[in-house]
Amino acid sequence: MFDAITKYLSSATTPGEAGSIFWATIYILIITAGISLSVIAMNWLERKILAHMQIRLGPMRVGPHGLLQPFADALKLLIKEDIIPAEADKLVFWSAPVVVTMTAFTTFLVVPFGRTHAVTDMNIGILFMLGVSSLGVLGIIMAGWSSNSHYPLMGSLRSSAQMVSYEIAMGLAIICAVLMTSLQTGTGTLSMIGIVEAQASQHTWFIFKFFPLGFLAFGVFAIAMVAETNRAPFDLPEAESELVAGFHTEYSGFRWSLFFLAEYAAMLAVSSIAVTLWLGGWMRPFPNWLSGSIWNLAFSLFPALTLFVLAGLCLLGTARMPKIPQMKIQTVGLGIFGLLLGFIGLVLIIPGVRERVQDIYWFVVKVAFFMYMYIWYRGTFPRYRFDQLMKVGWKVLLPTGLAVLIATALWGLLPQISSAIVGVLP
Amino acid sequence: MGIVKNIAAIAKGMSVTFMEMFKPTIVENYPDGPGPTRGAMFQDRFRGMHVLQRDENGLEKCVACFLCAAACPSNCIYIEAAENTETHRVSGAERYAKVYNIDYNRCIFCGYCVEACPTDAITHGHGFELATYNASSLVYRKEQLLAGTPAHEGANAIFSQYENARLIPKK
Repeated sequence: MFDAITKYLSSATTPGEAGSIFWATIYILIITAGISLSVIAMNWLERKILAHMQIRLGPMRVGPHGLLQPFADALKLLIKEDIIPAEADKLVFWSAPVVVTMTAFTTFLVVPFGRTHAVTDMNIGILFMLGVSSLGVLGIIMAGWSSNSHYPLMGSLRSSAQMVSYEIAMGLAIICAVLMTSLQTGTGTLSMIGIVEAQASQHTWFIFKFFPLGFLAFGVFAIAMVAETNRAPFDLPEAESELVAGFHTEYSGFRWSLFFLAEYAAMLAVSSIAVTLWLGGWMRPFPNWLSGSIWNLAFSLFPALTLFVLAGLCLLGTARMPKIPQMKIQTVGLGIFGLLLGFIGLVLIIPGVRERVQDIYWFVVKVAFFMYMYIWYRGTFPRYRFDQLMKVGWKVLLPTGLAVLIATALWGLLPQISSAIVGVLP
Repeated sequence: MGIVKNIAAIAKGMSVTFMEMFKPTIVENYPDGPGPTRGAMFQDRFRGMHVLQRDENGLEKCVACFLCAAACPSNCIYIEAAENTETHRVSGAERYAKVYNIDYNRCIFCGYCVEACPTDAITHGHGFELATYNASSLVYRKEQLLAGTPAHEGANAIFSQYENARLIPKK
């Protein structure tokens, strides 16, 4: 029994491949906790960044600089009255948030945080992710329909129309990346880990492959993924100014927070797809150009350094706290938080740990970049009108995606085509 | 090249929001801010809680003419007048306000009383922290409204001291 548990640690595969149910469960628990934690962090970051983009301060009162605001909000949501409208379809109304949350979390089964840091390596990984994440719209339609109210229904119908339109462009962009894994090497794969390894073996991130085709495909995906997750400027399903709150108008308390959780988990999921397909997944920057043991060491110190910087910021904030009795608890709390971050940084500097963790670190950094972009879009762009949304989806992204797909295929077949032409010529 | 123009426009828009992020915020961090007002800043014209002024001799300016009470659209000023005597002199003129109540349950801070006052006795101060759990404590008496004798030590003390010292808070 104990052997079966420890045997996995020496194998260099995912728990799914090694067939270790114990470690797979552990990974699932860690990933679920990690996603919930990053949703909490995202909540705070989004409110702060958005506030500063609008020259406001954002949450300032609960904890230093509002750091504990998400926890206060979560507590408030949990103790709120759980309202189910009298005319609602109870069963569907009850199961809609569950469906949305389940699908959003299930996609993370195949997300590779590192070569060994994924629950399993499915050979149809990207297909699985696409399929499960599109199931999320089912939950949204269920929520809108079962509420038995105008605005939620309109919101959910908008959502389904939008999802259907943008899924096509998204799929075309993904096919480009999948084609790139096979072109010129001949070994195509749909596995998320396989796609990253293909980028490693071709010595390039797919965003730079067949320039500008990889970049265009990435651009199509980057726009479609914002629309897929119903975020500004494509947030028509929950347009506050038109539909109150869209599909979750009738939801309150814990059920509403499940929708919130699912929305951010879905954002993380599509960002993970984008990172895996185009930005080299868990690979560190310049693995070939800046190779050698010194560079390896330098890059493996990044996770610890990041945590040290964060800890330093916290401790600086502690020193700059107003010296008044009311702020004492907050000052002490921030100090402890800073020390905790510093301690985690120290743990990450241990040689065995730092090599294993840096995969996760680079993956998370790349995903964090996308999450920042989400907030940035929201702070910058006004919402699309529905006909504009459809126009962008069907008249711009779809043709672009098709053209890029055909061009990628032709470019990849260039050697065969040229040799065939040379063969035909006299 | 329409596309290039569009992309340039998008980049410009996004750079604007990005640069805004590093600017100092214009909102005040009021209850946790610096200075005696805890971050609150006022325009001079801000109409807060009233202050009953005194003249240069320290006597009350109010002569109980009832013009403010007459001008008040929400009828929140209640005055009882009394005669000054040789031994008991409160204001510079014949009469003074024995009772001067302002009911902040009703006051709408319109400033008509200040405009109506012929002796510039009633003014708007900058006090605004009037919230209370008990409505009856919102009826402010003359003692609470009156500017303090040597400096300003009424209910507005913290705000008027601040004004007098000309300490404009720096962010």
